[in-house]
Amino acid sequence: MKFAVNKGWSNGRARSGVLQLGSCPFPIQTPALLLTTRKGLPAFISPDLLTSSLPSPDSHLLQFSPLHFLEGISPKTISNIGGLHQMLSLHQHIFAAVPRDSIIALPEHDSTNKYGASFQTPGGRLLIKPAEYVELVSSMKPDFWVTLADEVPAWVSDKRNRTSVDRTLRWLDDCLSLNKTGTTIFGSIVGGSSIEERHRCAQEVAQRNVSGYWIGGFGLGESMDERAALLTAVTDNLPEDMPRHVSGLGLPEEVLQGVAAGIDLFDSTYVYHLTLGGFALTFPLERNKGDNADYQLSDSGGDDMKINLKATIYRKDTSPIVESCNCFTCQNHTKAYLNHLFNVHEMLAQTLLEIHNTHQYLGFFCSIRKAIEEGKFEQFRRNFVESRRECLFAAASSD
Amino acid sequence: MALKFEVLGRFNRARAAQLTLPHYLCQTPLFMPVGTQGTIKGLTKNQLEEIGCQIILGNTYHLALRPTSELIDELGGLHKFMNWPRALLTDSGGFQMVSLLHLADITEKGVTFQSPVDGKPMLLTPEESIQIQNRIGADIIMALDDVVRTTITGPRIEEAMYRTLRWIDRCIAAHKRPNEQNLFGIVQGGLDPVLRDICVRGLVERNLPGYAIGGLAGGEDKDSFWRVVAQCTAALPEDKPRYVMGVGYPLDIVVCSALGADMYDCVYPTRTARFGTALVPEGVLKLKHQAMANDIRPIDPMCECMVCKNYTRAYIHCLVTKDAMGSQLLSYHNLYYMMKLSRDLHSSIVEGRFPEFVCKFLQTMFPKGDVPEWVCNAMEVAGIDISSCCHEMKV
Repeated sequence: MKFAVNKGWSNGRARSGVLQLGSCPFPIQTPALLLTTRKGLPAFISPDLLTSSLPSPDSHLLQFSPLHFLEGISPKTISNIGGLHQMLSLHQHIFAAVPRDSIIALPEHDSTNKYGASFQTPGGRLLIKPAEYVELVSSMKPDFWVTLADEVPAWVSDKRNRTSVDRTLRWLDDCLSLNKTGTTIFGSIVGGSSIEERHRCAQEVAQRNVSGYWIGGFGLGESMDERAALLTAVTDNLPEDMPRHVSGLGLPEEVLQGVAAGIDLFDSTYVYHLTLGGFALTFPLERNKGDNADYQLSDSGGDDMKINLKATIYRKDTSPIVESCNCFTCQNHTKAYLNHLFNVHEMLAQTLLEIHNTHQYLGFFCSIRKAIEEGKFEQFRRNFVESRRECLFAAASSD
Repeated sequence: MALKFEVLGRFNRARAAQLTLPHYLCQTPLFMPVGTQGTIKGLTKNQLEEIGCQIILGNTYHLALRPTSELIDELGGLHKFMNWPRALLTDSGGFQMVSLLHLADITEKGVTFQSPVDGKPMLLTPEESIQIQNRIGADIIMALDDVVRTTITGPRIEEAMYRTLRWIDRCIAAHKRPNEQNLFGIVQGGLDPVLRDICVRGLVERNLPGYAIGGLAGGEDKDSFWRVVAQCTAALPEDKPRYVMGVGYPLDIVVCSALGADMYDCVYPTRTARFGTALVPEGVLKLKHQAMANDIRPIDPMCECMVCKNYTRAYIHCLVTKDAMGSQLLSYHNLYYMMKLSRDLHSSIVEGRFPEFVCKFLQTMFPKGDVPEWVCNAMEVAGIDISSCCHEMKV
């Protein structure tokens, strides 16, 4: 793996960079989005559409949880097939293994113990130990994987929080020593909502022989306001030229907060949840202040960034979701058709919408990178957050 | 009439033809996937084109409920609404009503039923069915028929057959777009050859663009099933397409094609995909079974589809019944299988090797030679020698 930070623009801690990993022949620009998957494939976008309908190489970063594979297919069979890339027939994609995936593998801190980390999955509660985890990951051969962590929510006791850091460090060392395959490892950093523990953990992990850092324990109940200081408590203790990946910062504002703290890689469930709810992202990818299109608020649940395709106002709307969008869905289908598909609960609705939303969200990341390269990131972030506030205020006061 | 039907090759009763419809040039025999509500479960139009789908079926009953035929008409017709560039066929709505609504009742006026939306009594007349289908705009539309299950006996079957003939005239009179949409009549008459014959003659007199054989695929025994198909295909005109409704299993399609039918529709391939079952030359493969968990072969090593070229049974096993992606991938494969079967039927007839194709098909499906008796009997009538694959016949 190769990673380099682009120098030369002053954006505070925010940075842009270039990541090069084995399978993918194209370099990936950061900050970048990792697409959420179930068992390696998006929830609704089939693999042939993944390669044909989404932008390249932006859409080549995929995140998966090895825990998805604990039931239904054995590590041995995965090895026999030849690993994850072969099994999914996505040879040019980059797979990042992260145990937690915020949808179907949620950390269960109450059941985690000194032996292993516990997760709540659709198949029940699972306890996974470092040795099992490394075995699972070895059979899959992802492009990089993060070490097993004990993630705790913001409200646990100080004692529990300290224990989580101790365990995570111990498991990091276990994973490193058990790793025989020479694959790329990201060290996990936790610490809950304690600045001191975040410091301590980050400093310790920075001393280990890892290729990057995964920051966990966010998106588990802390407020956005307290998070900023916690993020910088971590990133300020990490070497500048190594990639930082965070889970649990899904919303656009949270991503901007992460970028501002110096994060390079994000996995997010935003697209998945929007798609399930029938919401289509419409935010203009070029953010000009005076450019707000007409939007229907309050009654339909939309705002200047998204529309609710299930709303009856779209029944006869023969325009695409976003006129200027190049995605398969906007090039081929109308809001009216999508509205119908959602109303009759047809699977195609989610397939088409996940394609569009992924396309849009990848575009958002592209705008972030552009703003950083123009030295205008702080302004970009401010404009974005302010226009959202204005819109929500207008909606609230229009009743 | 808005179609052309040109036979390109024959083997006894079987024929391969070119069917030219307003939106697409099709090759028969062909299978039509069912896209009930204006979509085929989870597959995009590009995928359907790749698979080789030529005609897709839409259900009038469902579309009339949502989003309504008036809306579809206002937005330019179903082709435009779905953005499907090839051909479409809509059924009359009658069958769904009778099978889905337990309070449906059939009178001379039409089918009376309770609206599933608000419980109000409603009436679907032949005129109304055609008007709805005119608004939807499919290349082929079906007459409203009085369809009775073949498991019923008695005077009801005769009543239904004569009513179907009376209704065809009302359908023809109500049809406002005969130059753009082809109205097919449906032969009824249960399992009674006399009634079937009367119905065929009555419909043929009306000189329709095409004919369907209805009232089958509802639980009758296979022996009765093939005999009705054989009788109807023998009596229907040579130069018009013949559509056996609700068929079906690959084996049934091969037999009916040997007997001279051209078009088929069924929910089976996509429905069975959602239960984790794949169609293969040997029959079916149940991906849910534990044995699949370690099987690293593709579903069908001979299949050229995207799923078989890229995925193992083991991976699909871990998806099916748990992730939507599982049924998407299986639907893709199953439809590919059906369209490949259609292409193979067409090309083997055109290239003069239809009997060889049938034998190979049966040998693969019945390697022990235990071809069902009804298939043997049907093939005899079709004039196809399958003794090489039939254990009984060898004895």
